Amino acid sequence: MIMEEREKESSSGVKIKAEGVNLYYGRFQALKDVNLEIKERMITSIIGPSGCGKSTLLRCFNRMNDLIDGVRTTGSIVINDQEIMDKKIDLIKLRKKVGMVFQRPNPFPFSIFENIAYGPKVHGQTDKNRLSEMTEESLRSVGLWDEVKDKLRNSALDLSLGQQQRLCIARLLVVKPEVLLMDEPCSALDPIATEGIEELLHSLKKDYTIVIVTHNMQQAARISDETGFMLLGELIEFGSTVKIFTTPSDTRTENYITGRFG
Amino acid sequence: MERHFDEELRELEEQLLRMGALVGEMISLSIKALAQRETGLITVVREKEDEVNRLHIKIDELCLRLLALRQPLAVDLRFITAGLRINSDLERMGDLAVNITDATRPLLEEPPLKPLIDIPRMSEMAANMAKESLNSFLKRDTKLAKAILNQDNEVDYLKDQIFREFLTYMMQDSSTIKRALELILISRHLERIADHACNIAEDVIFMVMGKDIRHPKLQR
Repeated sequence: MIMEEREKESSSGVKIKAEGVNLYYGRFQALKDVNLEIKERMITSIIGPSGCGKSTLLRCFNRMNDLIDGVRTTGSIVINDQEIMDKKIDLIKLRKKVGMVFQRPNPFPFSIFENIAYGPKVHGQTDKNRLSEMTEESLRSVGLWDEVKDKLRNSALDLSLGQQQRLCIARLLVVKPEVLLMDEPCSALDPIATEGIEELLHSLKKDYTIVIVTHNMQQAARISDETGFMLLGELIEFGSTVKIFTTPSDTRTENYITGRFG
Repeated sequence: MERHFDEELRELEEQLLRMGALVGEMISLSIKALAQRETGLITVVREKEDEVNRLHIKIDELCLRLLALRQPLAVDLRFITAGLRINSDLERMGDLAVNITDATRPLLEEPPLKPLIDIPRMSEMAANMAKESLNSFLKRDTKLAKAILNQDNEVDYLKDQIFREFLTYMMQDSSTIKRALELILISRHLERIADHACNIAEDVIFMVMGKDIRHPKLQR
Protein backbone atom coordinates (compact mmCIF):
# COMPACT_ATOMS: atom_id res chain seq x y z
CA MET A 1 0.00 0.00 0.00
CA ILE A 2 2.77 2.38 0.94
CA MET A 3 4.59 1.50 -2.27
CA GLU A 4 1.41 2.09 -4.22
CA GLU A 5 1.08 5.50 -2.66
CA ARG A 6 4.60 6.29 -3.67
CA GLU A 7 3.94 5.17 -7.20
CA LYS A 8 0.67 6.89 -7.89
CA GLU A 9 0.61 10.16 -9.76
CA SER A 10 0.56 12.80 -7.13
CA SER A 11 -2.36 15.13 -7.03
CA SER A 12 -0.69 17.50 -4.57
CA GLY A 13 0.10 21.03 -5.59
CA VAL A 14 3.26 22.33 -7.14
CA LYS A 15 5.51 24.11 -4.65
CA ILE A 16 8.43 25.03 -6.86
CA LYS A 17 8.19 25.52 -10.60
CA ALA A 18 11.40 26.08 -12.56
CA GLU A 19 11.21 27.08 -16.21
CA GLY A 20 14.07 27.49 -18.63
CA VAL A 21 16.69 27.90 -15.91
CA ASN A 22 20.22 28.53 -17.20
CA LEU A 23 23.16 29.26 -14.96
CA TYR A 24 26.67 30.32 -15.91
CA TYR A 25 29.82 30.39 -13.80
CA GLY A 26 31.63 32.94 -15.94
CA ARG A 27 31.66 31.35 -19.37
CA PHE A 28 30.90 27.84 -18.11
CA GLN A 29 27.26 26.89 -18.37
CA ALA A 30 26.38 24.79 -15.32
CA LEU A 31 22.63 24.53 -15.86
CA LYS A 32 21.03 24.15 -19.27
CA ASP A 33 17.36 24.96 -19.74
CA VAL A 34 16.16 23.15 -16.64
CA ASN A 35 12.39 22.73 -16.32
CA LEU A 36 10.79 20.95 -13.40
CA GLU A 37 8.00 21.00 -10.88
CA ILE A 38 8.63 20.09 -7.25
CA LYS A 39 5.46 18.98 -5.53
CA GLU A 40 4.28 20.10 -2.15
CA ARG A 41 4.83 17.87 0.89
CA MET A 42 6.84 15.31 -0.97
CA ILE A 43 10.47 14.30 -1.01
CA THR A 44 12.09 14.97 -4.36
CA SER A 45 15.62 13.78 -4.93
CA ILE A 46 18.08 14.97 -7.53
CA ILE A 47 20.74 12.48 -8.55
CA GLY A 48 23.59 12.56 -11.03
CA PRO A 49 27.39 12.28 -11.26
CA SER A 50 29.71 14.84 -9.65
CA GLY A 51 29.63 18.15 -11.45
CA CYS A 52 26.28 17.54 -13.15
CA GLY A 53 24.79 20.67 -11.62
CA LYS A 54 22.53 19.09 -9.01
CA SER A 55 23.83 21.17 -6.08
CA THR A 56 23.85 24.26 -8.28
CA LEU A 57 20.19 23.66 -9.09
CA LEU A 58 19.38 23.15 -5.42
CA ARG A 59 21.08 26.43 -4.52
CA CYS A 60 18.93 28.25 -7.10
CA PHE A 61 15.87 27.54 -4.98
CA ASN A 62 16.98 29.90 -2.23
CA ARG A 63 19.30 32.04 -4.33
CA MET A 64 22.44 30.79 -2.58
CA ASN A 65 24.32 31.06 -5.87
CA ASP A 66 24.09 34.86 -5.48
CA LEU A 67 26.92 34.52 -2.96
CA ILE A 68 29.30 33.25 -5.65
CA ASP A 69 31.14 35.78 -7.82
CA GLY A 70 30.55 35.71 -11.56
CA VAL A 71 27.33 33.75 -11.47
CA ARG A 72 24.63 34.68 -13.93
CA THR A 73 21.21 33.05 -13.95
CA THR A 74 18.32 33.29 -16.39
CA GLY A 75 14.86 31.75 -16.47
CA SER A 76 12.09 31.59 -13.93
CA ILE A 77 11.68 29.92 -10.55
CA VAL A 78 8.34 30.36 -8.87
CA ILE A 79 7.80 29.33 -5.26
CA ASN A 80 4.25 29.81 -3.91
CA ASP A 81 3.32 31.97 -6.90
CA GLN A 82 6.25 34.29 -6.24
CA GLU A 83 9.02 34.75 -8.80
CA ILE A 84 12.18 34.32 -6.74
CA MET A 85 14.55 35.24 -9.56
CA ASP A 86 13.25 38.78 -9.19
CA LYS A 87 16.21 40.93 -8.11
CA LYS A 88 14.01 42.85 -5.69
CA ILE A 89 12.82 40.01 -3.51
CA ASP A 90 13.81 39.92 0.15
CA LEU A 91 16.48 37.22 0.38
CA ILE A 92 16.26 36.96 4.16
CA LYS A 93 12.56 36.19 3.90
CA LEU A 94 13.17 33.76 1.06
CA ARG A 95 15.81 31.84 2.98
CA LYS A 96 13.60 31.74 6.06
CA LYS A 97 10.94 30.09 3.94
CA VAL A 98 13.39 27.93 1.99
CA GLY A 99 15.98 26.55 4.40
CA MET A 100 19.07 24.54 3.63
CA VAL A 101 21.03 21.69 5.22
CA PHE A 102 24.56 21.00 4.09
CA GLN A 103 26.87 18.04 3.63
CA ARG A 104 28.79 18.49 6.84
CA PRO A 105 26.78 19.46 9.90
CA ASN A 106 27.61 23.10 10.60
CA PRO A 107 26.31 24.01 14.06
CA PHE A 108 27.34 27.42 15.39
CA PRO A 109 30.09 27.17 18.03
CA PHE A 110 27.49 27.95 20.71
CA SER A 111 25.44 25.90 23.12
CA ILE A 112 22.71 23.58 21.82
CA PHE A 113 20.08 26.03 23.09
CA GLU A 114 21.73 29.05 21.45
CA ASN A 115 21.94 27.21 18.13
CA ILE A 116 18.18 26.77 18.05
CA ALA A 117 17.29 30.15 19.60
CA TYR A 118 19.56 32.04 17.19
CA GLY A 119 17.06 32.06 14.29
CA PRO A 120 14.02 33.24 16.28
CA LYS A 121 16.18 35.91 17.97
CA VAL A 122 17.35 37.23 14.60
CA HIS A 123 13.73 37.35 13.53
CA GLY A 124 12.82 39.37 16.63
CA GLN A 125 11.77 36.86 19.28
CA THR A 126 12.98 37.97 22.74
CA ASP A 127 10.61 36.23 25.18
CA LYS A 128 12.76 33.70 27.06
CA ASN A 129 9.89 31.33 27.87
CA ARG A 130 8.76 31.38 24.28
CA LEU A 131 12.33 30.67 23.13
CA SER A 132 12.52 27.67 25.48
CA GLU A 133 9.24 26.32 24.19
CA MET A 134 10.33 26.76 20.60
CA THR A 135 13.63 25.03 21.31
CA GLU A 136 11.95 22.04 22.90
CA GLU A 137 9.40 21.79 20.13
CA SER A 138 11.95 21.83 17.33
CA LEU A 139 14.34 19.45 19.12
CA ARG A 140 11.43 17.06 19.63
CA SER A 141 10.46 17.18 15.99
CA VAL A 142 13.93 15.94 15.00
CA GLY A 143 13.97 13.32 17.76
CA LEU A 144 16.82 14.98 19.63
CA TRP A 145 15.04 16.29 22.74
CA ASP A 146 15.39 13.20 24.92
CA GLU A 147 19.07 12.91 24.04
CA VAL A 148 20.01 16.53 24.85
CA LYS A 149 17.40 17.94 27.23
CA ASP A 150 19.80 17.77 30.20
CA LYS A 151 22.68 19.40 28.38
CA LEU A 152 21.15 22.29 26.47
CA ARG A 153 23.95 24.57 27.71
CA ASN A 154 26.69 22.26 26.42
CA SER A 155 28.46 23.14 23.21
CA ALA A 156 26.73 21.84 20.10
CA LEU A 157 30.14 20.78 18.84
CA ASP A 158 30.27 18.03 21.50
CA LEU A 159 27.39 16.18 19.85
CA SER A 160 27.97 13.26 17.49
CA LEU A 161 27.86 14.11 13.79
CA GLY A 162 24.43 12.52 13.41
CA GLN A 163 23.12 14.56 16.33
CA GLN A 164 24.74 17.71 14.94
CA GLN A 165 22.99 17.18 11.61
CA ARG A 166 19.64 16.73 13.35
CA LEU A 167 20.39 19.88 15.36
CA CYS A 168 20.97 21.76 12.10
CA ILE A 169 17.61 20.53 10.83
CA ALA A 170 15.97 21.58 14.13
CA ARG A 171 17.61 25.01 13.71
CA LEU A 172 15.84 25.32 10.36
CA LEU A 173 12.47 24.08 11.58
CA VAL A 174 12.28 26.59 14.41
CA VAL A 175 11.88 29.48 11.95
CA LYS A 176 8.95 27.67 10.27
CA PRO A 177 10.19 27.15 6.75
CA GLU A 178 8.06 25.58 4.01
CA VAL A 179 10.79 24.05 1.90
CA LEU A 180 13.85 22.14 3.10
CA LEU A 181 16.79 21.91 0.71
CA MET A 182 19.30 19.22 1.59
CA ASP A 183 22.65 18.96 -0.09
CA GLU A 184 24.05 15.48 0.62
CA PRO A 185 22.83 15.64 4.23
CA CYS A 186 24.10 12.15 5.09
CA SER A 187 27.40 11.95 3.28
CA ALA A 188 29.40 12.68 6.46
CA LEU A 189 27.34 10.30 8.58
CA ASP A 190 27.62 6.61 9.46
CA PRO A 191 24.85 4.19 8.38
CA ILE A 192 22.99 4.34 11.70
CA ALA A 193 22.95 8.15 11.75
CA THR A 194 21.99 8.09 8.07
CA GLU A 195 19.03 5.90 8.85
CA GLY A 196 18.05 8.33 11.61
CA ILE A 197 18.05 11.26 9.17
CA GLU A 198 16.12 9.28 6.57
CA GLU A 199 13.45 8.36 9.10
CA LEU A 200 13.32 12.00 10.15
CA LEU A 201 12.84 13.19 6.57
CA HIS A 202 10.06 10.69 6.16
CA SER A 203 8.25 12.09 9.20
CA LEU A 204 8.88 15.71 8.15
CA LYS A 205 7.40 15.37 4.69
CA LYS A 206 3.84 15.64 5.97
CA ASP A 207 4.58 19.28 6.85
CA TYR A 208 7.40 20.27 4.51
CA THR A 209 8.42 20.10 0.90
CA ILE A 210 11.84 18.46 0.82
CA VAL A 211 14.37 18.53 -2.00
CA ILE A 212 17.46 16.40 -1.49
CA VAL A 213 20.61 16.11 -3.56
CA THR A 214 22.33 12.81 -3.04
CA HIS A 215 25.12 10.71 -4.46
CA ASN A 216 23.61 7.71 -2.79
CA MET A 217 21.13 6.24 -5.24
CA GLN A 218 19.83 3.72 -2.76
CA GLN A 219 19.03 6.63 -0.48
CA ALA A 220 17.11 8.41 -3.23
CA ALA A 221 15.29 5.15 -3.94
CA ARG A 222 14.47 4.62 -0.26
CA ILE A 223 13.18 8.01 0.69
CA SER A 224 11.99 10.06 -2.26
CA ASP A 225 8.65 10.18 -4.03
CA GLU A 226 10.02 11.75 -7.18
CA THR A 227 13.49 11.70 -8.65
CA GLY A 228 15.30 13.77 -11.23
CA PHE A 229 18.46 12.64 -13.00
CA MET A 230 20.92 15.31 -14.12
CA LEU A 231 23.88 15.04 -16.46
CA LEU A 232 26.21 17.82 -17.63
CA GLY A 233 23.84 20.56 -16.49
CA GLU A 234 20.74 19.06 -18.06
CA LEU A 235 17.78 17.49 -16.33
CA ILE A 236 17.65 14.26 -18.32
CA GLU A 237 14.69 12.58 -16.73
CA PHE A 238 12.22 13.41 -13.99
CA GLY A 239 9.44 11.25 -12.64
CA SER A 240 8.20 8.94 -9.93
CA THR A 241 11.05 7.32 -8.01
CA VAL A 242 9.61 3.86 -8.57
CA LYS A 243 9.56 4.43 -12.33
CA ILE A 244 13.07 5.92 -12.46
CA PHE A 245 14.59 3.02 -10.54
CA THR A 246 12.73 0.16 -12.20
CA THR A 247 11.98 1.27 -15.75
CA PRO A 248 13.73 4.54 -16.62
CA SER A 249 12.90 5.91 -20.07
CA ASP A 250 16.28 7.35 -21.00
CA THR A 251 19.31 5.13 -21.65
CA ARG A 252 21.55 7.68 -19.92
CA THR A 253 19.49 7.39 -16.73
CA GLU A 254 19.60 3.62 -16.97
CA ASN A 255 23.37 3.59 -17.51
CA TYR A 256 23.95 5.88 -14.55
CA ILE A 257 21.75 4.16 -12.01
CA THR A 258 23.05 0.73 -12.95
CA GLY A 259 26.60 1.97 -12.47
CA ARG A 260 27.65 1.72 -16.11
CA PHE A 261 29.19 5.18 -15.85
CA GLY A 262 29.58 8.01 -13.39
CA MET B 1 31.95 0.04 -19.20
CA GLU B 2 32.29 -3.61 -18.17
CA ARG B 3 31.44 -4.07 -14.50
CA HIS B 4 32.38 -6.94 -12.23
CA PHE B 5 28.64 -7.23 -11.73
CA ASP B 6 28.25 -8.04 -15.44
CA GLU B 7 30.30 -11.20 -14.94
CA GLU B 8 27.91 -12.30 -12.20
CA LEU B 9 24.92 -11.53 -14.40
CA ARG B 10 26.51 -13.56 -17.18
CA GLU B 11 26.92 -16.45 -14.80
CA LEU B 12 23.20 -16.27 -14.03
CA GLU B 13 22.40 -16.21 -17.72
CA GLU B 14 24.65 -19.19 -18.41
CA GLN B 15 23.08 -21.24 -15.63
CA LEU B 16 19.59 -20.46 -16.91
CA LEU B 17 20.55 -21.44 -20.45
CA ARG B 18 22.10 -24.65 -19.18
CA MET B 19 18.95 -25.45 -17.27
CA GLY B 20 16.88 -24.57 -20.35
CA ALA B 21 18.94 -26.93 -22.51
CA LEU B 22 18.40 -29.76 -20.01
CA VAL B 23 14.68 -29.14 -19.80
CA GLY B 24 14.49 -29.07 -23.60
CA GLU B 25 16.16 -32.49 -23.70
CA MET B 26 13.75 -33.81 -21.08
CA ILE B 27 10.76 -32.71 -23.14
CA SER B 28 12.09 -34.28 -26.36
CA LEU B 29 13.11 -37.51 -24.62
CA SER B 30 9.78 -37.91 -22.84
CA ILE B 31 7.92 -37.67 -26.13
CA LYS B 32 10.44 -39.91 -27.88
CA ALA B 33 9.86 -42.52 -25.19
CA LEU B 34 6.14 -42.43 -26.02
CA ALA B 35 6.35 -42.18 -29.80
CA GLN B 36 9.09 -44.79 -30.24
CA ARG B 37 7.98 -46.92 -27.26
CA GLU B 38 11.40 -46.86 -25.60
CA THR B 39 11.04 -47.50 -21.86
CA GLY B 40 14.78 -46.90 -21.31
CA LEU B 41 14.41 -43.21 -22.09
CA ILE B 42 12.12 -42.75 -19.09
CA THR B 43 15.08 -43.37 -16.78
CA VAL B 44 17.17 -40.85 -18.70
CA VAL B 45 14.48 -38.18 -18.17
CA ARG B 46 14.50 -38.95 -14.43
CA GLU B 47 18.27 -38.54 -14.23
CA LYS B 48 18.10 -35.19 -15.95
CA GLU B 49 15.39 -34.06 -13.56
CA ASP B 50 17.80 -34.42 -10.64
CA GLU B 51 20.23 -32.09 -12.35
CA VAL B 52 17.49 -29.61 -13.20
CA ASN B 53 16.38 -29.56 -9.56
CA ARG B 54 19.93 -28.89 -8.42
CA LEU B 55 20.15 -25.98 -10.87
CA HIS B 56 16.75 -24.70 -9.72
CA ILE B 57 18.08 -24.25 -6.20
CA LYS B 58 21.45 -22.95 -7.33
CA ILE B 59 19.92 -20.28 -9.59
CA ASP B 60 17.52 -19.13 -6.88
CA GLU B 61 20.44 -18.77 -4.49
CA LEU B 62 22.42 -16.84 -7.08
CA CYS B 63 19.51 -14.44 -7.69
CA LEU B 64 18.98 -13.84 -3.98
CA ARG B 65 22.68 -13.23 -3.51
CA LEU B 66 22.76 -10.69 -6.33
CA LEU B 67 19.66 -8.91 -4.99
CA ALA B 68 21.11 -8.72 -1.50
CA LEU B 69 24.67 -7.81 -2.30
CA ARG B 70 24.33 -5.71 -5.44
CA GLN B 71 21.00 -4.01 -4.82
CA PRO B 72 20.42 -3.90 -8.56
CA LEU B 73 18.33 -1.23 -10.27
CA ALA B 74 16.54 -0.72 -13.55
CA VAL B 75 17.55 -3.19 -16.28
CA ASP B 76 19.70 -5.22 -13.85
CA LEU B 77 16.79 -5.48 -11.42
CA ARG B 78 14.45 -6.56 -14.20
CA PHE B 79 17.00 -9.10 -15.43
CA ILE B 80 17.34 -10.75 -12.03
CA THR B 81 13.63 -10.81 -11.24
CA ALA B 82 12.98 -12.23 -14.72
CA GLY B 83 15.71 -14.78 -13.94
CA LEU B 84 13.86 -15.87 -10.80
CA ARG B 85 10.63 -16.34 -12.71
CA ILE B 86 12.23 -18.08 -15.68
CA ASN B 87 13.95 -20.39 -13.21
CA SER B 88 10.66 -21.56 -11.73
CA ASP B 89 9.06 -21.82 -15.18
CA LEU B 90 11.88 -24.07 -16.36
CA GLU B 91 11.65 -26.23 -13.29
CA ARG B 92 7.90 -26.68 -13.84
CA MET B 93 8.55 -27.58 -17.48
CA GLY B 94 10.97 -30.27 -16.32
CA ASP B 95 8.33 -31.61 -13.91
CA LEU B 96 5.81 -31.75 -16.74
CA ALA B 97 8.25 -33.76 -18.86
CA VAL B 98 8.46 -36.19 -15.93
CA ASN B 99 4.66 -36.26 -15.76
CA ILE B 100 4.64 -37.21 -19.43
CA THR B 101 6.90 -40.17 -18.70
CA ASP B 102 4.65 -41.17 -15.77
CA ALA B 103 1.71 -41.32 -18.17
CA THR B 104 3.83 -43.06 -20.80
CA ARG B 105 5.00 -45.95 -18.63
CA PRO B 106 1.57 -47.72 -18.36
CA LEU B 107 0.93 -46.94 -22.05
CA LEU B 108 4.02 -48.87 -23.07
CA GLU B 109 2.77 -51.95 -21.25
CA GLU B 110 -0.20 -52.18 -23.60
CA PRO B 111 -0.52 -52.22 -27.41
CA PRO B 112 -0.73 -48.78 -29.00
CA LEU B 113 -4.22 -47.33 -29.20
CA LYS B 114 -3.57 -45.77 -32.59
CA PRO B 115 -0.65 -44.33 -34.52
CA LEU B 116 0.11 -40.99 -32.84
CA ILE B 117 0.06 -37.93 -35.10
CA ASP B 118 -1.27 -34.91 -33.25
CA ILE B 119 0.60 -35.54 -29.99
CA PRO B 120 4.04 -35.64 -31.66
CA ARG B 121 3.05 -32.51 -33.60
CA MET B 122 1.98 -30.79 -30.44
CA SER B 123 5.11 -31.86 -28.61
CA GLU B 124 7.26 -30.54 -31.41
CA MET B 125 5.52 -27.18 -31.15
CA ALA B 126 5.78 -27.04 -27.37
CA ALA B 127 9.45 -28.06 -27.39
CA ASN B 128 10.14 -25.48 -30.07
CA MET B 129 8.39 -22.76 -28.08
CA ALA B 130 10.48 -23.69 -25.05
CA LYS B 131 13.66 -23.48 -27.09
CA GLU B 132 12.72 -20.21 -28.77
CA SER B 133 11.71 -18.63 -25.45
CA LEU B 134 15.25 -19.21 -24.22
CA ASN B 135 16.63 -17.87 -27.48
CA SER B 136 14.58 -14.70 -27.04
CA PHE B 137 16.03 -14.44 -23.52
CA LEU B 138 19.60 -14.93 -24.74
CA LYS B 139 19.23 -12.42 -27.59
CA ARG B 140 16.92 -10.00 -25.71
CA ASP B 141 14.68 -10.43 -28.75
CA THR B 142 11.17 -9.12 -28.04
CA LYS B 143 9.99 -9.83 -31.58
CA LEU B 144 10.78 -13.50 -31.14
CA ALA B 145 9.14 -13.42 -27.71
CA LYS B 146 5.94 -12.02 -29.22
CA ALA B 147 6.01 -14.68 -31.96
CA ILE B 148 6.05 -17.36 -29.24
CA LEU B 149 2.98 -15.87 -27.60
CA ASN B 150 1.17 -16.08 -30.94
CA GLN B 151 1.88 -19.81 -31.24
CA ASP B 152 0.06 -20.62 -28.04
CA ASN B 153 -3.39 -20.58 -29.65
CA GLU B 154 -2.33 -23.29 -32.07
CA VAL B 155 -1.15 -25.51 -29.22
CA ASP B 156 -4.43 -24.96 -27.38
CA TYR B 157 -6.32 -25.83 -30.55
CA LEU B 158 -4.39 -29.10 -30.91
CA LYS B 159 -5.10 -29.99 -27.30
CA ASP B 160 -8.84 -29.56 -27.86
CA GLN B 161 -8.68 -31.58 -31.03
CA ILE B 162 -6.82 -34.41 -29.26
CA PHE B 163 -9.41 -34.37 -26.51
CA ARG B 164 -12.30 -34.68 -28.98
CA GLU B 165 -10.57 -37.48 -30.83
CA PHE B 166 -9.93 -39.61 -27.74
CA LEU B 167 -13.39 -38.89 -26.40
CA THR B 168 -14.78 -40.60 -29.50
CA TYR B 169 -12.52 -43.59 -28.89
CA MET B 170 -13.65 -43.89 -25.29
CA MET B 171 -17.31 -43.62 -26.23
CA GLN B 172 -17.00 -46.30 -28.84
CA ASP B 173 -14.92 -48.79 -26.86
CA SER B 174 -14.55 -48.71 -23.10
CA SER B 175 -11.38 -50.84 -23.24
CA THR B 176 -9.59 -47.76 -24.63
CA ILE B 177 -10.48 -45.51 -21.68
CA LYS B 178 -7.31 -46.02 -19.67
CA ARG B 179 -4.97 -45.44 -22.60
CA ALA B 180 -7.04 -42.58 -24.01
CA LEU B 181 -7.04 -40.83 -20.63
CA GLU B 182 -3.26 -41.10 -20.32
CA LEU B 183 -2.89 -39.64 -23.81
CA ILE B 184 -5.27 -36.78 -22.97
CA LEU B 185 -3.21 -36.14 -19.86
CA ILE B 186 -0.04 -36.05 -21.95
CA SER B 187 -1.58 -33.47 -24.27
CA ARG B 188 -2.51 -31.44 -21.21
CA HIS B 189 1.11 -31.57 -19.97
CA LEU B 190 2.34 -30.42 -23.37
CA GLU B 191 -0.11 -27.54 -23.33
CA ARG B 192 1.20 -26.53 -19.90
CA ILE B 193 4.78 -26.66 -21.18
CA ALA B 194 3.79 -24.24 -23.96
CA ASP B 195 2.16 -21.98 -21.35
CA HIS B 196 5.40 -21.85 -19.37
CA ALA B 197 7.28 -20.98 -22.58
CA CYS B 198 4.82 -18.08 -22.97
CA ASN B 199 5.51 -16.96 -19.39
CA ILE B 200 9.21 -16.87 -20.23
CA ALA B 201 8.48 -14.85 -23.37
CA GLU B 202 6.47 -12.36 -21.29
CA ASP B 203 9.35 -12.11 -18.81
CA VAL B 204 11.74 -11.37 -21.67
CA ILE B 205 9.49 -8.54 -22.89
CA PHE B 206 9.34 -7.10 -19.36
CA MET B 207 13.07 -7.48 -18.92
CA VAL B 208 13.91 -5.70 -22.19
CA MET B 209 11.17 -3.07 -22.43
CA GLY B 210 10.07 -2.69 -18.82
CA LYS B 211 6.53 -3.36 -20.00
CA ASP B 212 4.30 -5.86 -18.25
CA ILE B 213 2.12 -7.41 -20.95
CA ARG B 214 0.61 -10.15 -18.79
CA HIS B 215 -3.16 -10.18 -18.34
CA PRO B 216 -3.92 -7.75 -21.17
CA LYS B 217 -7.62 -7.58 -20.32
CA LEU B 218 -6.93 -6.31 -16.81
CA GLN B 219 -7.81 -2.66 -16.26
CA ARG B 220 -4.79 -0.80 -14.88
